[in-house]
Amino acid sequence: MGDVFKALADPTRRTILDELTGRDGQTLFELCARLVSIHGLSSSRQAVSQHLDVLESAGLVESRREGRYKFHYINTEPLEPIVERWLRKRGRT
Amino acid sequence: MRINLASVLVDDQEKALRFYTDVLGFVKKHDIPMGADRWLTVVSPEDPEGTELLLEPSGHPAAKPFKDALVADGIPWTMFAVSDVQAEYERMRGLGVRFTQEPTDMGTVITAVFDDTCGNLIQIGQMKS
Repeated sequence: MGDVFKALADPTRRTILDELTGRDGQTLFELCARLVSIHGLSSSRQAVSQHLDVLESAGLVESRREGRYKFHYINTEPLEPIVERWLRKRGRT
Repeated sequence: MRINLASVLVDDQEKALRFYTDVLGFVKKHDIPMGADRWLTVVSPEDPEGTELLLEPSGHPAAKPFKDALVADGIPWTMFAVSDVQAEYERMRGLGVRFTQEPTDMGTVITAVFDDTCGNLIQIGQMKS
């Protein structure tokens, strides 16, 4: 779970997840364009690529190759233990 | 000084000519034999005296790794202007064109990105009034 919190600690990475929630399956180019045009985040392509690597190693993003292209998808599964650990217990009482 | 020519590196000139004329709607301007290849340019019917697009063979050894790396990251090296991105997207999808980015509002511009079947991604853009 440590990796998940570390990945979520960065605002740019949270914005990347927001954008993938809006439209899943984006190329690096599209994500960069959205970050700069919609959020004014002018991170370099290399920086966004590194953010994606962090999200991927935390399991929050999966990249899939489809033919010659590479698309990025959100995976919310690593967030479920967080819900299990705190939110649901409280709801049960 | 003005820009009279832009180039795209294409895997196959004949296939490229068909795609750029039949699908995109450009018209052939120059077709001059140059040994194994051709000096092959197209123009927009909306501006036949305007900038020519050279369909340049991508035989240089550096071309393929360059193009492959751009495509993998979804980067379009070339952009064309259209009046209605959504309409073009639907028209071209109907012709079997693969888009890597659906029409997306980017603030001042709406863009989409498609595969030209000759090894490139191309962006189409529509300035919002």
